[in-house]
Amino acid sequence: MSQPERSYMEPAINMETEAYWEGAKAGKLLLKKCNACGKTHFYPRAICPHCQSGDTTWYEASGKGKIYTYSVMRRTEIPYAIAYITLDEGVTMMSNLVECDFDALAVGQAVEVVFRDTEGDQALPVFRPA
Amino acid sequence: MARPTKAYIAGVYEHPTRKAVDKTIPQLHAELAAGALKDAGLTKDDVDGFFCDSTAPGLGGISMAEYIGLDLKYTDCSETGGSSYIVHVGHAADAIAAGKCSVALITLAGRPRAEGLTKLGPRTHGEPPEAGFELPYAPAVTNMYAMAAMRHMHEYGTTSEQLAWVKVAASHHAQHNEHAMLRDVVTVDDVVNSPVIADPLHRLDCCVISDGGGALIMVSPEIAKSLGDRSVKVLGQGEAIKHLNAGNVDLTYTGGVVSGPIAFEEANLTPADMDYASIYDSFTITVLITLEDLGFCARGEGGKFVSDGNLISGTGKLPFNTDGGGLCNNHPSNRGSMTKVIEAVRQLRGEAHPAVQVPDCTLALAHGTGGLIGSRMGSATVILGRNDA
Repeated sequence: MSQPERSYMEPAINMETEAYWEGAKAGKLLLKKCNACGKTHFYPRAICPHCQSGDTTWYEASGKGKIYTYSVMRRTEIPYAIAYITLDEGVTMMSNLVECDFDALAVGQAVEVVFRDTEGDQALPVFRPA
Repeated sequence: MARPTKAYIAGVYEHPTRKAVDKTIPQLHAELAAGALKDAGLTKDDVDGFFCDSTAPGLGGISMAEYIGLDLKYTDCSETGGSSYIVHVGHAADAIAAGKCSVALITLAGRPRAEGLTKLGPRTHGEPPEAGFELPYAPAVTNMYAMAAMRHMHEYGTTSEQLAWVKVAASHHAQHNEHAMLRDVVTVDDVVNSPVIADPLHRLDCCVISDGGGALIMVSPEIAKSLGDRSVKVLGQGEAIKHLNAGNVDLTYTGGVVSGPIAFEEANLTPADMDYASIYDSFTITVLITLEDLGFCARGEGGKFVSDGNLISGTGKLPFNTDGGGLCNNHPSNRGSMTKVIEAVRQLRGEAHPAVQVPDCTLALAHGTGGLIGSRMGSATVILGRNDA
């Protein structure tokens, strides 16, 4: 069962993150990995937060993950579900859950990425039950 | 053996207003400063150190120093959100011990209620780097704490009824506080039957929104001695920042796991030594997780610990927030640790309301959580002792 969806504000984009948002427009969820220590981090940065190397590179994530935690905001005109998703690549990211029954969500549930247009011309990764 | 006491809290003042439609924020700072100085038995001209957060109008503490009329040789505007004032207590103690100042004033003031500001405040220092990856998903204060509660329930079986006990205890205390916004005693059923705001948190799991503020006066041991026996010892303090750790997210604990042990170690004391605890209660879940983090109970046992009135003064093992806390009394400027220190000082002076005063209260803790337990936060813990402790 689907719910009516609120509109999504334009994300703040800067020179460190514009590749992520270009990827989103192309329907890809991109992550940053460090070539020096091999670890993926989130949110993506120019400088690796694990080892401080500046040698970081983009790669496309599977788009699959599990709900780490979530909360349905009820006290608002259009209720929505905020969540943290642990991606199969190991990092956990904030997102929204869509195309779902808010009363049937569960921690640990498998989800997959989909994209939504923002109020501007950007695309935003969100997740639905897989 | 504990180390020598670096500094004392000699004066405290909690503004009686809860809705300041007729006062400016600088005016509140000045009224708070006057109130705390009067309580300490000192005057404005004794103050040589000033501490405030980044919401004080003007650049750092400069404009407030001018408005209040302070002649200063030390200032610190450390900002960790609602825990800032416990950070300031620690920094003031160190500054006093180092001889940088001898009478430190710490103030907090705000009027979110009068201004109708119920959301997170504007960012004045540039876009934080995480903004693009979070704000489009509509994080609010409530749902960010709710996600920590949801995960805690998943991992440890914590229930809404257990969370409700935190509010029930606060309401038992607030009934005696004439300034408290919510003075009705509530039951577990009242809490779990109140409307859900953001799953799993109900309306009565959330703190109040209020105007006003508070102030503290901290002094050197020599000055404390000259002021009589109402001053309270700062025995230990710790602080920490905890964040999302590059995407390795664990929302089941706070920065209290770091700040607490540092404070207890400096004081050479343990949680079991505490007669009273002020725990920042932005939401019921904040208290439950903080009690685990500080070692009052084991990880995952917070639900059991807070249940059955264990936090109620006179019946429970750990009396907490005897002013009614942020859940019932006051949460000025959406920043809760100032009032936490103030009520701990009242307890140690024996000046809490008689109905909630802990008998022979000798050692107390105050803890603040600034920011959001659902993402990034500044945590701070202070251990306080009665004058003869």
